[in-house]
Amino acid sequence: MTAAVETAQTTTIHGDRVSLLRVLGPAHVWALGVGIVLVGEFTGWNFSADKGGTLAALIVCWVVGLLYTSVAMIDSEVTSTVAAAGGQYAQAKHIVGPLMAFNVALFLVFAYTMLEVSDAILLGQTIVAKAGIPDMSYNSFIAATIVVLAWLNYRGVLMTLNVNFVITAIAYVSIVILFFSVSPWTQGAVLKLNELVTPGNALPYGWIGVIAAFQFGIWYYLGIEGTTQAAEEVRSPARSLPYGTMAGMITLLIAAAMTWYVCASLMPWEYLGITPYPLWDAGKLTGSPLLENLLFIATLLAALASANGCINDAARAWFSLGRDRYLPSWFSAVHPKYRTPYRSILFLLPIALAFAFIADLNQAITFSILSGVLQYTFMSINIMMFRKKWPLGTIRRGYTHPFHPLPAIVLFCLCVVTFFAIFLGFGSQLSAMVAFYFLISLWFHFYRYKFVRRGDQFTMPWPKPQGY
Amino acid sequence: MSRYTPPEQSKAGQVFDIVVVVVAIFVALWLPLKLGLAGAAKSIDALDAKTWEALGQNPTMAAIWEKLGYTPETAHDVIQNRFHYVIDWPTLIIMAAVLIGYFVFLFRASDREYRDVINEKFDDK
Repeated sequence: MTAAVETAQTTTIHGDRVSLLRVLGPAHVWALGVGIVLVGEFTGWNFSADKGGTLAALIVCWVVGLLYTSVAMIDSEVTSTVAAAGGQYAQAKHIVGPLMAFNVALFLVFAYTMLEVSDAILLGQTIVAKAGIPDMSYNSFIAATIVVLAWLNYRGVLMTLNVNFVITAIAYVSIVILFFSVSPWTQGAVLKLNELVTPGNALPYGWIGVIAAFQFGIWYYLGIEGTTQAAEEVRSPARSLPYGTMAGMITLLIAAAMTWYVCASLMPWEYLGITPYPLWDAGKLTGSPLLENLLFIATLLAALASANGCINDAARAWFSLGRDRYLPSWFSAVHPKYRTPYRSILFLLPIALAFAFIADLNQAITFSILSGVLQYTFMSINIMMFRKKWPLGTIRRGYTHPFHPLPAIVLFCLCVVTFFAIFLGFGSQLSAMVAFYFLISLWFHFYRYKFVRRGDQFTMPWPKPQGY
Repeated sequence: MSRYTPPEQSKAGQVFDIVVVVVAIFVALWLPLKLGLAGAAKSIDALDAKTWEALGQNPTMAAIWEKLGYTPETAHDVIQNRFHYVIDWPTLIIMAAVLIGYFVFLFRASDREYRDVINEKFDDK
């Protein structure tokens, strides 16, 4: 590990240089990644059944798993070399350029903020459904969730991620318990896959439905790349980030396969495709009150863990924009006592609340997915440029991913398919999102960039990139 | 290359920029939601006969729907609410062009900015 890779940048508060604290280990990295993503098993992935049928949901579970394996491989190499707060933002700044970095940070902020919004909506809807009181509003639960978690993040990253580790582990164990409680090796007793997924309804829209299902297939794993946001707060980035990210990906692949199998074997695809809480419903349909209550609690915990991690990641990306003056430097303040990017946390709070009150679950999820796919498209090109500008051997890498450029090509192709999938059914949201990024890019390039210090953008102790 | 010194931004300027970003977020993302332009493009294929058989549900499926609290009448709108995947080629081509144009602009403009960064960083040494 080079000293430079471990260098944390600092912010000046009242004349003192204050930096983020290096307190996290691989378990925290795992908790941050899986904690954000695991909620995808509790809601969201099942909307892929709505778009393409139950079998389509399984196909995209595997194919999108391949997409994310590529993301994890690529991300591990770049992040273990460019370990700075902001994750992919810092990568873009050093490899592609400031405007791309600005956009990538916005992708991160909106992917995580909309994911946080989705988590809060899920939590509110689940509590209201459990209460069974007609016309009960879930807005108070949404507000309480977002505000309390923002406060937790305000108070400190170590406490935040310790909480995440515990509640993520409980939510994950609940899926394993559900899986083994329904005798997965036996069909007919509890599980009825053969009667629910028939040749006539497995792919109700044919193969176009499979492609359309890619949109919500992303939700099985969206956010695993968030592990890199903790780069400046990890004790050993070159070891902890690849290890935590890869372990997280394996954990999620297993959870996704178990979740699909149990849910597809317990409910018709039309219901599976629209329910906000498929695993809780699966618990109910087993007829066991214990499993029903366990999955109810696990759904809430998964939503809390995800929202918690999302606030952490979105705030760090926003903080990085302020620190580099891509946005007003006011956002780059670190709390003098808690050492957290508190102004960024507070700024994003009302935005999350506003969208949580107006968006439906699938709309919020689609906004998050869109930002995620834009980011993955960038990552596939970014790794090509990284290897070209600094070929192997010219700089020290914490981890070198195998089979280059195959993962990048696979990732790029799957991103193109996913854009088409979003077009199938959610085209207007795709247009709105791209229009937003286009306009804000023009604003940055032609106006805001004048406030940015040029040479200071490049902080890595690397030689000049080849071709420049 | 001479070192670029950016202008100091006043507090009022910082507040203005924050407002611009917030307005852009809400116009581009919140407005489509408010106007009902976002969300799934689905429609209900209504059936006259609202029975489990007509809805394509076998006895196992019907039993599960009933366990979930549905009758054929209440399940009708859930089951028959479908996507209709018709590819509107002009819209698709426009969308693809916008996406490609966006990425081309991003990479080209970023490269121009990146050259300034590299020149200043490495010419200082």
